[in-house]
Amino acid sequence: MSGEILLRAEGVGKRFGGFVALNGIDLEVRAGERLGLIGPNGSGKSTFVNCLGGSFPAHEGRFIFDGKPMAGLAPHRRGHLGLARTFQLPRPFNSLSVLENVTVPLLFGPARETSPAEARARAMACLEQVELAGRAAQHPRELTQVDLRRLEIARAIALRPRLLVADEAMAGLSHTEVAQMLELLFRLNAAGTTIIMIEHVMRAVREFSQRLVVFVAGNKIADGDPNEVLAMQDVEEAYLGR
Amino acid sequence: MTVKTEAALRPRPALPAGHIAFWGGAALLCLALVAGFRVLDNEYAWFAGYFILQYVLLATAWNILGGYAGYVNFGAAGFLAVGAYTTVALRKAFGLDLLPCIAAAACIGGLLGLGTGWLALRLKGVYFAIATLSLAVLLHTIVVNWSFVGGSRGAYVLRPASIPPFVSYGEYLFVVMLVLAVIGVGIARGIEGSRLGMGLAALRDDERAAEAAGVPTLRLKLVATTLSGALMAVAGAPLSHYTGYLNPEAAFGLAFSVNAIAMPLIGGAGTWFGPVIGAVLLASLQQAATVTISSAANLMIVGVVLVIFAAAAPRGIVGLIRGGRHR
Ligand SMILES: Nc1ncnc2c1ncn2[C@@H]1O[C@H](COP(=O)(O)OP(=O)(O)OP(=O)(O)O)[C@@H](O)[C@H]1O
Ligand SMILES: [Mg+2]
Repeated sequence: MSGEILLRAEGVGKRFGGFVALNGIDLEVRAGERLGLIGPNGSGKSTFVNCLGGSFPAHEGRFIFDGKPMAGLAPHRRGHLGLARTFQLPRPFNSLSVLENVTVPLLFGPARETSPAEARARAMACLEQVELAGRAAQHPRELTQVDLRRLEIARAIALRPRLLVADEAMAGLSHTEVAQMLELLFRLNAAGTTIIMIEHVMRAVREFSQRLVVFVAGNKIADGDPNEVLAMQDVEEAYLGR
Repeated sequence: MTVKTEAALRPRPALPAGHIAFWGGAALLCLALVAGFRVLDNEYAWFAGYFILQYVLLATAWNILGGYAGYVNFGAAGFLAVGAYTTVALRKAFGLDLLPCIAAAACIGGLLGLGTGWLALRLKGVYFAIATLSLAVLLHTIVVNWSFVGGSRGAYVLRPASIPPFVSYGEYLFVVMLVLAVIGVGIARGIEGSRLGMGLAALRDDERAAEAAGVPTLRLKLVATTLSGALMAVAGAPLSHYTGYLNPEAAFGLAFSVNAIAMPLIGGAGTWFGPVIGAVLLASLQQAATVTISSAANLMIVGVVLVIFAAAAPRGIVGLIRGGRHR
């Protein structure tokens, strides 16, 4: 947890019309870190990821990733620089097979695999990592929710990211499936990937996070040791809705 | 590893053997067509054949943007007319032959495609479609007021009686369009199996997910609009030589725009083969109707076939053949 700072958010703000979805968020993430990001529904977690990934621009503030300001960079450029994210609601390429879904980031990603055959082999390796290799030839419409989430992760790690933001990768998963997903994220982290885990499954967040950040109504209200953060009065209130 | 995953790991199309089969097959088909028509020895056969082939190329060109990238162009007639008028203008200004005019039409159509893409690709779905329609209307207005190419009265093109190895000029035009159509279909087929094709399919399915996966969506869309525009203009470049006379009503005909969309949809958009079958089927029907009833029935035929397919085979003929695969 002692790496250099990989990502820095400086006063990031986002409004939808008059509604303030993010309000001056400051955040630092160190290389190699496992960060948990929690908050009630609608607190701005996914919005933060969308601004970070470049899906839409932040109204104020900026992101600095790996020493480079991200402002104005198209989403795919951010992907090439090592920033990968999953979508909270899986967004597979429905006309492509599961394997082809994962081939896309390999063909267009930072490494730009030289041959389609090579890309396919690497895509298969990514699918094996998420235990989806057996479904390589199937189409996303044939997959269960769990497998769709696995596919999201496989597509993200095919970019060989330095930072992976997993937006609720465990929602709706069973106990054993959550354990599998956790194991995968731990393995990726051990291999050097910095991970931000956005999650409502508290058990997983507790086990995974070295540090915990809490958003409430677009504000960062806590940032620190998971046990201390979870014991805070404000955090409890935010979750119990008082 | 199961048999199924091994099949998935195999590169899908684009095997060298597949390329040889395609180009070899195309060459044989072309030779057979020309030989067969020569035996028929009927000027009308060349004429009808050209009509169908021009639609094969137009539908294939439309499909590169509409089928592969999922952006519906309602202004195909505009692009086709730009090709047709490029030929008229260059012929009148410099007395150029048809072949250099076709090359010029490709360039101008490509530039126009690039420009439209650049201006309009920030628009999605129906907004993009309306922008392309407006472009066709704009181009129409410009040509109507451009007296050098005849304005609204149109322009006559004196075509040679014949060009040496060919028996008639009709045969020559047929062969030219045949070669252009094969090139167009070859390009589309090449895209389908390529990195570009994979990226277009990804952005068609989900543009946000595609860009998050590293796909440079804007650039790929510009490549698609450029190629599509170039090939549509090429499909129109020989039109004035085919009819001997070109006016804006004919060049910007609604039938071109409607057919360019209907043919890939009926054949199966998103595959190179779909627009080919769709064009052969619909253009033959329309040619038959023109001869037996009148050309006024053409658009109605397209409409009826389209409705039947929308209800019975939404993924077109290719979709029917492949069975209940996903889309
Ligand atoms: N594109 C958008 N347009 C308008 N409002 C939006 C948009 N995206 C998000 N919002 C609003 O911004 C707020 C924050 O949404 P966000 O999705 O970031 O919450 P979240 O913390 O991810 O919640 P959840 O835990 O339910 O995923 C919500 O009130 C949401 O309705
Ligand atoms: Mg969310």
